[in-house]
Amino acid sequence: MSQQRAIAVTGIGLVTPLGFGVVDSWAALLAGKSGVRPITRFATDNLKTRFAASVMLPEESGGRFVSAADRLHSYAGMAAEEALAMAGLGGRAGFPGPLVLGMPPIEVELTDRLALLARANTPGYAGLASASVEPGLADRTLMMAAPARLAARFGTRGAPISLTTACATGVTAIQVAMEAIRFGEADCVLCISAESSIQTEALIRFSLLQALSTRNDSPETASRPFDATRDGFVMAEGAACLVLESAAHAKARGAKPMGWVLGGGEFADGFHRTRANPDGSTIVTAMQRALDDAGIAPGQVDYINAHGTSTPENDKMESAGIHTVFGATPPPVSSNKSSIGHSISASGAIEAVFSLLTIRDGMMPPTINYGTPDPAIALDVVPNVARAAKVQRALSNSFGFGGQNSCLVLGAEP
Amino acid sequence: MTAEVWITGIGLVSSLGEGAGPHLAALAEPGFQPVLDRESFAPFTIHPLPALPFETQMPRRDLRQMETWQRLGVFAAGLALDSAAAKPLAAEIDLMVAAGGGERDVALDEAIFTEITAVPPAERPAWLNQRIAGGLRPTLFLAQLPNLLAGSITIVHGVARSSRTLMGMELAGADALRLGLSRVAHGASQMTLVGASLNPARWDELMTYGTAGLNLAGDWQPVAQRPASGGFCLGGLGCFLLLEAADHARARGVTPFARLAHVGTGMARREAEDTAAASAATLFEKLRDRLRPGAAVLSAASGVDPADEAGFLASTGAGPARYSADLLGHGVEASFPAAVALAALQAQAGLAPQTLVSGFGAYRGEALAMVEAV
Repeated sequence: MSQQRAIAVTGIGLVTPLGFGVVDSWAALLAGKSGVRPITRFATDNLKTRFAASVMLPEESGGRFVSAADRLHSYAGMAAEEALAMAGLGGRAGFPGPLVLGMPPIEVELTDRLALLARANTPGYAGLASASVEPGLADRTLMMAAPARLAARFGTRGAPISLTTACATGVTAIQVAMEAIRFGEADCVLCISAESSIQTEALIRFSLLQALSTRNDSPETASRPFDATRDGFVMAEGAACLVLESAAHAKARGAKPMGWVLGGGEFADGFHRTRANPDGSTIVTAMQRALDDAGIAPGQVDYINAHGTSTPENDKMESAGIHTVFGATPPPVSSNKSSIGHSISASGAIEAVFSLLTIRDGMMPPTINYGTPDPAIALDVVPNVARAAKVQRALSNSFGFGGQNSCLVLGAEP
Repeated sequence: MTAEVWITGIGLVSSLGEGAGPHLAALAEPGFQPVLDRESFAPFTIHPLPALPFETQMPRRDLRQMETWQRLGVFAAGLALDSAAAKPLAAEIDLMVAAGGGERDVALDEAIFTEITAVPPAERPAWLNQRIAGGLRPTLFLAQLPNLLAGSITIVHGVARSSRTLMGMELAGADALRLGLSRVAHGASQMTLVGASLNPARWDELMTYGTAGLNLAGDWQPVAQRPASGGFCLGGLGCFLLLEAADHARARGVTPFARLAHVGTGMARREAEDTAAASAATLFEKLRDRLRPGAAVLSAASGVDPADEAGFLASTGAGPARYSADLLGHGVEASFPAAVALAALQAQAGLAPQTLVSGFGAYRGEALAMVEAV
């Protein structure tokens, strides 16, 4: 492992259903708390799933509507403020590198459509498309608006990259940032991933795919990765920010890295649009490529931060894949999604931050809601209670719809 | 030290048809009259797609899982792989797609718009939940995820080494090329398939850009002759390019279309002195010494604020620009890759040894590329 391939992490920021900020989120995660609760943002009558792990902003109080685009900006902005303060970068002069933003697709929401329609002269879409230009709407809903707003706010350099690889988005953003630094195109990158999709249509869409838990009578125990009674994932929101720097850039300005990104690996799966190859062969390749990129052997991994969605298929497939790579006794594996749900576009980044904290503090977060072992899954899932352990290196997995499989290796030292 | 990168595969489909023939012919014809549809989405004009033999590039069962933008992208991606004789190597090819929002179920939306007026306001939220849940087809929701174009290319063609989808209108297309070029040049990839597709026959797309004031009001005109604020006419476009390390292409005996010498991108705030032209001028500094006399200039300008980009191009001292949107319409995410594809086709045909490709995004983003004959 040569020094220049490892990327320094000098700042982290979090917004999760467990709290605003790293300290609150991490403490609640270690305490085994759940951020899942009944949805209050919109009416849930007639819906099969009526709970989620939302992040409620102060400006949403009293039922005030805040668009997914504005919530995205708020979550991402808060996470970035925290990470920049820790890194000691940014401020008035702006951030001395580019922005890489992992985000969900943004669209004109139904609420906006119906409001526009009320003003249009012609019914239907012809009226919507010809309605007078709505001031400010484009600055929310054009796909380029989110990165443009954040780039302007933080004064990042060059063109911001915004990307999506579904549930692997957060990892892909880190990989793109890592490459920009490794190729010498940037000394540092402001890497943010955010998710704000808990709104009527998105919830219904995932529900129709039968991907969501329907445990409406007990939301806080609905996300139960690796448990035999798991019945689907829980939609979530949040954001994570990592300030990534070349080792040389961090050293030159006297910044002390809190951890390192050692490598990343990916492999796309052509098996099915929503289902991974059940034999786990694709994720095996993604994990092996991440280890290869980091220059380490499986035996050097002390902890695995699982994708662990709590869907019947994923957790079984992931378990099989982990055994293929790590043998009969893999290192402990836990899923943060048991506490914070699945924050699709942000989850890979949030879990990378939690993996770095696991390494920093020597504390493995638990897989909560674990009660009934699945005979098909023989992993040590750090059940229900956090565990103290020395962790030098962690593997973090993210797998997504569309055959997206991406893994990261994080470490205490380069 | 970086590796030379060639464009060894091109898949290009537009209102003009497929491949080099119709596109080079259109480029060669001054005052070319594009294919237009003024009626179907009146008052907006689009450059419509012709009927395409999608089934030659994908099985019927996959066709049924996709809406037009995905079919078009998968089709163009297949043509690009074929032209580079690269399909057998698909598992070792990296994928970089630029995508907008996927297609909505417009018929369901319109039904909701009509029916909801009869529902008492207090009952509307619960009614909407039931109506959407009962009306949406799950498979078509998947067509709405931007990364499912990449997913479909992996499923149909087996392109699998990695898969990344960028968003952000025109800039996404340019940055997909920039990141693809960078990864191949630095040895992180030997072959990267880059591209995008746009179906213009979509009211949801016209609405998104209409509410932002970006659609051209009034009849079609060439980009350079549009009124000051301008506007764009969406054009059907599928474009994929295979970027390949020159040594890798030589070793497998593939003839390149052209060399992709450079791609640079920027994003001005477009206020005060932080103008698109100033951003492009900064990008141009990396190309100034490379630009040769007589280089062709191809602009992927959308048609919004056309004078901005024209002013910048005039300041470079390069020759007069040809506007790809005059032939193809505006392909948003696909527009910059398509202009690069046109430049590569011209290079291969011996028509332009060097082309400066420019593109200012309709809302934000500036991009420059250099394409050269090998």
